[in-house]
Amino acid sequence: MPAFFVKHIKPICFTLCSLPLAYLAMLFFTDQLGANPIERITRYSGTWALRMTLITLMATPLQRALGAVWPFRIRRMLGLFGFFYVTLHLANYIVLDQFFDGYEIYFDLVERPFIMAGMAAFLLLIPLAVTSTKKMMRRLGKRWKQLHRAVYLIAALGVLHYFLLIKLGWFEPAIYLLVYLALMLMRMPIRETLSKIFKPRQVTDPR
Amino acid sequence: MLIKSRNTHDCLESEVTDYSLYMQRRRFIETSAKGFGLAMIAPSLLLSACSEASPGSDTTTSAGKQDQELTPYEDVTTYNNFYEFGLGKSDPAKYATKFNVKPWTVKVEGAVENPGTYDLEDLLKGMQQEERIYRLRCVEAWSMVIPWYGFALADLIKKLKPTSTAKYVQFETLYDPKQMPGQRGRALDWPYVEGLRLDEAMNPLAFMATGLYGKDLLGQNGAPFRLVVPWKYGFKSIKSIVAIRFTETEPPTSWNITNSGEYGFYANVNPKVNHPRWSQRKERRIGEFRKRPTLLFNGYGDEVASLYQGMDLKRYF
Repeated sequence: MPAFFVKHIKPICFTLCSLPLAYLAMLFFTDQLGANPIERITRYSGTWALRMTLITLMATPLQRALGAVWPFRIRRMLGLFGFFYVTLHLANYIVLDQFFDGYEIYFDLVERPFIMAGMAAFLLLIPLAVTSTKKMMRRLGKRWKQLHRAVYLIAALGVLHYFLLIKLGWFEPAIYLLVYLALMLMRMPIRETLSKIFKPRQVTDPR
Repeated sequence: MLIKSRNTHDCLESEVTDYSLYMQRRRFIETSAKGFGLAMIAPSLLLSACSEASPGSDTTTSAGKQDQELTPYEDVTTYNNFYEFGLGKSDPAKYATKFNVKPWTVKVEGAVENPGTYDLEDLLKGMQQEERIYRLRCVEAWSMVIPWYGFALADLIKKLKPTSTAKYVQFETLYDPKQMPGQRGRALDWPYVEGLRLDEAMNPLAFMATGLYGKDLLGQNGAPFRLVVPWKYGFKSIKSIVAIRFTETEPPTSWNITNSGEYGFYANVNPKVNHPRWSQRKERRIGEFRKRPTLLFNGYGDEVASLYQGMDLKRYF
């Protein structure tokens, strides 16, 4: 990695993560959201919420693969951007889409599996966002890591949310599922597992 | 002397919203949208900006009373579900620009006295052309108000003379992957087919459109001629028809083939029968901010409810 990139990783990351939002704002101000702007915002914010969550999950494998520290330095920012796009998605649903219609929102929550999955993901994200500060990291110690493993479940719920809402076809959610599975596989202690499987043989070999 | 009686579904010219009122509402949408846009730049401002937007909602409510405000031509021609041209809402407008509808022939088959392959022009001969303003309710919970141009389906059926054994009529969309790029994928089982019970098809509301807003239909709206059944979800109103078949048994229909648990043969608009995965209680009229309640049979109950007397609408959805 070029030194410039590593040195300014945080502002670069912030700018890149803000681009989807800037593009959405541009569509707003130039009246290019189309005939059904609210639906467009719903889809757009939802897509980026899921993408940012998966991008956050890339930090650890990247760090391992490159042996560099910079992926860890932006992990929190990535996660918080994910939370931001999820919040935007939810706010759009409550404010613009349902316009605070408690009755409709209630029935969506109890009757619609895709809403349940999405809402569960949002609720699970709250403690993670709250405990994302350095202070909380120190205070929670080992438990911080355990708590933040919830992100694996959150990302899975996000992919599930997408699968459950689509009207036709499964191609696009399937891509997200594959990315998710790949990211989870990279976390598996494959080398250790493999060595556990093969070691006993070597041990029993008398030579 | 021609005396035209007015049906409840007819809209008077006086009901169409005044242009200035319409613009006022447009401005409201723009302002609230911009307010929300600003709020997104600073997430902490999100809630405050939303409450700023709410006083303006009075404007929408008063505009909402104008039940038949026409959906702008641009929206009607750029926001379409026509999977033959792609799954995105803007795909049909993008890929149908060179859609060739001349010459256009229509096959008429099955239990009918006048079967054959007709040039569209011959088929339309003698049909009394008229304009009808109909609400269109999509199964995805959005709706539009469209001024169609065309003729009553009943007139066409009378001309074709189904035999006494005919109980249903099936329609088929053009299959032409060269012109319709969406058909190269297998999103649905092509060609698209739809159908009606014959008495539904004979109902005076059932309409065959050849144009909208006083112009010929564009490819994305189902050129050169399409069905419009305003009391049913939009997917029943099949586009770009190349075959009409009269059958004795219920014909297969595309969405029902694809997912019979979610899309029935009848597909009548009904706020009490939800789609298995989303609510049908409300809908968003394109161009409006607040959702409005969905009406049974899309508000055309006076004309069509008798067709379904004694039927369990939850079972025959």
